[in-house]
Amino acid sequence: MILGLYNYWVVVVLMMIGFYIVIAQGNLIKKIVGLNIFQTSVFILYISMAKVEGGTAPILAEGISQFSNPLPHVLILTAIVVGIATTALGLALAVRIKEAYGSIEEDEIQDRDNKESSTMKGKKC
Amino acid sequence: MLAHLPVLQVIVPLMAAPACLILGRSSLAWLFSLIVSATACLISITLLQQVMTSGTIIYALGGWNAPWGIEYRIDELNAYLLLIISAISTVILLASHTSIKKEIPKDRHTLFYVLYLLSLAGMLGIVATGDAFNVFVFLEISSLSAYSLISMGKDRRSIWASYQYLIMGTIGATFILIGIGLMYQMTGTLNMEDLAKRLPEVAQTRTVFAAFVFFIVGVCLKLALFPLHLWLPNAYAYAPSIITAFFAATSTKVAVYLLIRFTFSIFGLSFSFTTLPLQTIFLTLGLLGIFAASIAAIYQKNVKHLFAYSSVAQIGYMIVGYSISTTTGLMATLLHLFNHALMKGALFLALGAVMYRIGSTQLRDFQGLGRQMPITVAAIVAGGLSLIGVPLTVGFISKWYLVLAAIESGWWPVAVLILLGSLLAIVYVWRIVEMAYFKEPLMNREPVKEAPLAFLVPVWMLVSANIYFGVDTRLSVQVAQAASQSLFGVSP
Repeated sequence: MILGLYNYWVVVVLMMIGFYIVIAQGNLIKKIVGLNIFQTSVFILYISMAKVEGGTAPILAEGISQFSNPLPHVLILTAIVVGIATTALGLALAVRIKEAYGSIEEDEIQDRDNKESSTMKGKKC
Repeated sequence: MLAHLPVLQVIVPLMAAPACLILGRSSLAWLFSLIVSATACLISITLLQQVMTSGTIIYALGGWNAPWGIEYRIDELNAYLLLIISAISTVILLASHTSIKKEIPKDRHTLFYVLYLLSLAGMLGIVATGDAFNVFVFLEISSLSAYSLISMGKDRRSIWASYQYLIMGTIGATFILIGIGLMYQMTGTLNMEDLAKRLPEVAQTRTVFAAFVFFIVGVCLKLALFPLHLWLPNAYAYAPSIITAFFAATSTKVAVYLLIRFTFSIFGLSFSFTTLPLQTIFLTLGLLGIFAASIAAIYQKNVKHLFAYSSVAQIGYMIVGYSISTTTGLMATLLHLFNHALMKGALFLALGAVMYRIGSTQLRDFQGLGRQMPITVAAIVAGGLSLIGVPLTVGFISKWYLVLAAIESGWWPVAVLILLGSLLAIVYVWRIVEMAYFKEPLMNREPVKEAPLAFLVPVWMLVSANIYFGVDTRLSVQVAQAASQSLFGVSP
């Protein structure tokens, strides 16, 4: 039972690792890496659900009667592309955050924002 | 040509987005986007007419019939949402050329329109498609362009807000992806009609429960249901004004549509509301959202923040109507989708005009603005009255049906709480009125002129729509009623 479904265990473990990194890490790059691991686990979920035991690639040829379901594999190609776009955008934003704030640590950015709004108040009063 | 309208609705803005890049010049790109958006709006009007007279339109993409091919399916609910999105987008684009001049560096203007059109195409796609995986793809198209649009704001906090939205949004989208994957695993289909037929057979399995929960949580992140709304206030407050107006009026509505579509048409009423305690959960979260967000709105110093929190509260109303889960309750939700888009479109666009003139939307900068920009501030007041739900505005219509639905189901306390929530709206709208009309203008400020016509025309178009649909409710009520009845008709 546990061994037979091992790829699903991998999925769940990876998913939780990724999710934990996104929540717990304060470093923006590490957060994106976590998000990546989280998304990768979903790719594995899709790929393993489509695999048929003993099945080959879905090609029409002599002697091939059993093949894996190609649809989820194709779907996940789309999701991988989306994942790359998200990562690229996230990293680009991290670069701009570094330029604007001089830091990529969540708490330091928050600090600088809070300071800015309090000095603004001081000026106007 | 007419037969291809469902796909043209999505393809036109999608193809127009890269074409914008070729145009290069900012004003050309603007004109082009405006024409594209107006075309999309015309298409959606035609689609709505067709659906209302001859029923659901089914379009097989590339001639491949469902369940093999992707199918676009337009029924009353889809057509209604398509109209809201494309109409609001067109009106808002009218002001964009003037607005972004002051808020976005000149070399990014063309890119702004590219992303805007992509985002529009994504939202229209989510609504038009009848394929569950297609929903995810369009969701990501609209979200990714939304993240970059938000990061274009003038303030550096916009980048930080955009980053946070990216993290939250991607978690939400990935949850939706997991949900769709598990649904596919159990049924072997991604077509919504097919899913609806095959899911009841396997409904009592843990996998389907997991699929449902992942999907719902993902969608709730996207629609900013309290307490998953944390990304919304900053993203709305620091984004360029045009983008705030566009997203506040449309993007959360699309997520509400997904919630309604999947729970009512695909999983079915009995599974969503009887097998699982969704009703209680949503009713509680909706009411909590109304109060928590309205109270938070009262204490905001930035008017954009204030209305962003008010948006979270308004989503609470939609969720309450949805959780009543009667025809009237759902109708109230659908009406509020439409009405809230009109109110928030008008309000945020008027704030854009204020931003254009005084370069800030801080509440203290509103001092004496009622005398300096009378027409713009009058629009904010009219939008605010609609938000409160004063008779003769659209806000009244949706609150009326919401209270009616609560009373019909015998939920008196809910009806009372909804009315109490409106009282909180009076408080936060009053704060703006007080600042704008009863305080002397700031001494050290240069004299402020009335906003340019490019703002006043679209703002007042939306405000008069607020009043028009508050008096003549035929269109909105009729369509919302038809959509809500058809949703109850399909569900087993």
